[in-house]
Amino acid sequence: MRNKLLVSGSPHIHKNESVPRIMWTVVLSTIPAGIAGVIIFGLSALWVILLAVIAAVATEAVFEVWTKNKITVMDGSAVITGILLAYNLPPNVPLWLPIAGSVFSIAIGKQVFGGLGQNIFNPALVGRVFLMASWPKYMTSFARPFSYDAVTSATPLAALKEGKVLEHLSYLDLFLGKRGGCIGEVCILALLIGAAVLLYKGYISWHIPASYILTTAVFMYIFGAKQLFHGDWLFHVLNGGLILGAFFMATDYVATPLTIKGQLIFGVGCGLLTAIIRIWGGYPEGVSYAILMMNAATPFIDRYTKNRIYGTK
Amino acid sequence: MVKLAENKHYSEHKAIERLPVPSKVYLPLIQHLGKICTPEVKVGDTVKSGQRIAAAQSGVYAPIHASIPGVVAAIQDWPHPVLGRAKAIVLEGDGHCEGEAFVLKSRKEVEKLSLEDIRRIVLDAGIVGMGGASFPTHIKLNPPKPLNTLIINGAECEPYLTADARLMVEKTAEIVEGIALIASALGIKEIYIGIEDNKPEAIKAFSAFPQVKVKVLKSDYPQGGEKQLILNILGKEIPRGKLPFDIGVLVQNVATVYAIYEAVFKGKPLIERVVTVTGSCLENPKNLLVRLGTPVKNLIDSCGPLKEEPVKIIFGGPMMGIAQYTDEVPIIKSSGGLLLMNEKEAQTLEEGPCIRCAACLRGCPAGLMPCQINLASERSLWQLAKDYGAADCIECGICNYVCPANRRLLQTIKRAKLEVLKIK
Repeated sequence: MRNKLLVSGSPHIHKNESVPRIMWTVVLSTIPAGIAGVIIFGLSALWVILLAVIAAVATEAVFEVWTKNKITVMDGSAVITGILLAYNLPPNVPLWLPIAGSVFSIAIGKQVFGGLGQNIFNPALVGRVFLMASWPKYMTSFARPFSYDAVTSATPLAALKEGKVLEHLSYLDLFLGKRGGCIGEVCILALLIGAAVLLYKGYISWHIPASYILTTAVFMYIFGAKQLFHGDWLFHVLNGGLILGAFFMATDYVATPLTIKGQLIFGVGCGLLTAIIRIWGGYPEGVSYAILMMNAATPFIDRYTKNRIYGTK
Repeated sequence: MVKLAENKHYSEHKAIERLPVPSKVYLPLIQHLGKICTPEVKVGDTVKSGQRIAAAQSGVYAPIHASIPGVVAAIQDWPHPVLGRAKAIVLEGDGHCEGEAFVLKSRKEVEKLSLEDIRRIVLDAGIVGMGGASFPTHIKLNPPKPLNTLIINGAECEPYLTADARLMVEKTAEIVEGIALIASALGIKEIYIGIEDNKPEAIKAFSAFPQVKVKVLKSDYPQGGEKQLILNILGKEIPRGKLPFDIGVLVQNVATVYAIYEAVFKGKPLIERVVTVTGSCLENPKNLLVRLGTPVKNLIDSCGPLKEEPVKIIFGGPMMGIAQYTDEVPIIKSSGGLLLMNEKEAQTLEEGPCIRCAACLRGCPAGLMPCQINLASERSLWQLAKDYGAADCIECGICNYVCPANRRLLQTIKRAKLEVLKIK
């Protein structure tokens, strides 16, 4: 008779999928945008990214040692937070700024809630709004693309908000990232390459990005100019952090709704808030706040968008 | 629904082979959903193969028959594949079954049988649903409402298992006879057989019989679940809390239909069944025709030599099967497969926190939100689990299978199901 047989509940097989695999794939998918950022803004962008990642990972490790929890820094989730925070910073910030942001992101945005899976807001965006509130000067002065020095210029959205004359940028320039802005948001092409990887792998679905971008575009088209239905919607889609936000931050599993219906509501909500902030708000850009506000609404959305159970109406 | 690695190649082309009659069988007094049977023999009695040896007075049950000729050696507690342990009748024979004779019926005689006669034969033969549920079949043949559709379940959606597939290829005509018998007795005109597209031989075999409509199904798990089968063949859902009867549908598994054929035409009670014995540790995976009560070690020995020592023995498939603690456990009426796993295949993965990726929601064929029920269950919030529809879970296991954090979703949902029952 055989003894030492293993007994466990069904099922007895598992799909070859894991949280670290998902997280590291997301890391991989953000790399094209990072490379583009470094090409456009120079090595200072690289230092910002590296310091943000190192600080995020270190903060997570310190927190986990301190709270005697399992060390999970290798699961890739802290790395993503660091990368996304850096992508939301101007390339010419002082180098302590990404460190301060990452520490805040991980400590206050994630670990105080209980770590992975428990945060109610996107940690990277928590860090970004903390930096915005604390050091607005650094957060709103942007290096000129391809200047590789300290020459700063307003982003197209900021120029628009302040009623300044826009330097001429074609849609192609905007698509490729030849504009002032945050490190990871400018090159739409690179962002779409990364997004395509995530969509292909099934790690994100189209529902949030599509409903988000579409809502912003439609709203901007209707209300974005003095006359109704004359807004430059494509300008608004290609500018600011919309593409970065829609594909990489509004799709963060933890702080977004579970069902497809809920995700569509979430996307539309993000789109409306982004457009409203851009048109009537005090800031030129509204992606971060829009996503954070919808993060806050997620438990509520989840409650009212349950899936239809088999055999029920 | 999810696409699984099928792993049917181990045994799908192996013709059904008869396992030599064992010299000892262990027949649990309960091999069905319902009341436990009472022995009708004493220790020391001599029994013939096919003789009824245990039954209940009334209610939901299926009688037990001697699966070999021999002597009652004991009536004792013994390992049971589903219940852990249960009382069983132990028969000792000499490894032969000479003189086994059943009373055959001609087609003329069969045609004269009424529904009541057929139901009696099915009850007397001890037939239960052989797809795994083991609900006594004679009760399913007594619908409270008229039926209009008969669906034969030949999906066999569990990975590895090929017993039904082989039966469909090798016993097509017999199964069709059985189908016709059930349909005419119940006055059913619409007859379908649902077969997954990974069984082209079976599809071809049934295409020769125009009276049965072959529905080719995608090989997605759990295509063979009763609710999914009805939805994918008829485009109808069974309303919540109702049974297939309520929408005029009867579903029978192919192995059950074959057992009905054997009982009615050949007078043979349910004393043997086809079992797929499979897994990467076996040199010769097989589809074996096995006497009920045969200990699984006999089956494993016949498929050896072992390439590797198995660390997990599963009754059924890898998704819904039950892991066994001993190889002395006997084959019972609902055992369609025996899966052996080596150390690597059986490794347990460490559980992490839910990241709300919603893979379980997308996979759930019942339309539930498994991760939410899991959280409610872990916190003993039974009312919340009920609101999330825990009771509608069909226990297919997809949520566990797809979870990247390896969370034990199904176990906690099963626990919630039990607690939800207590809520008024």
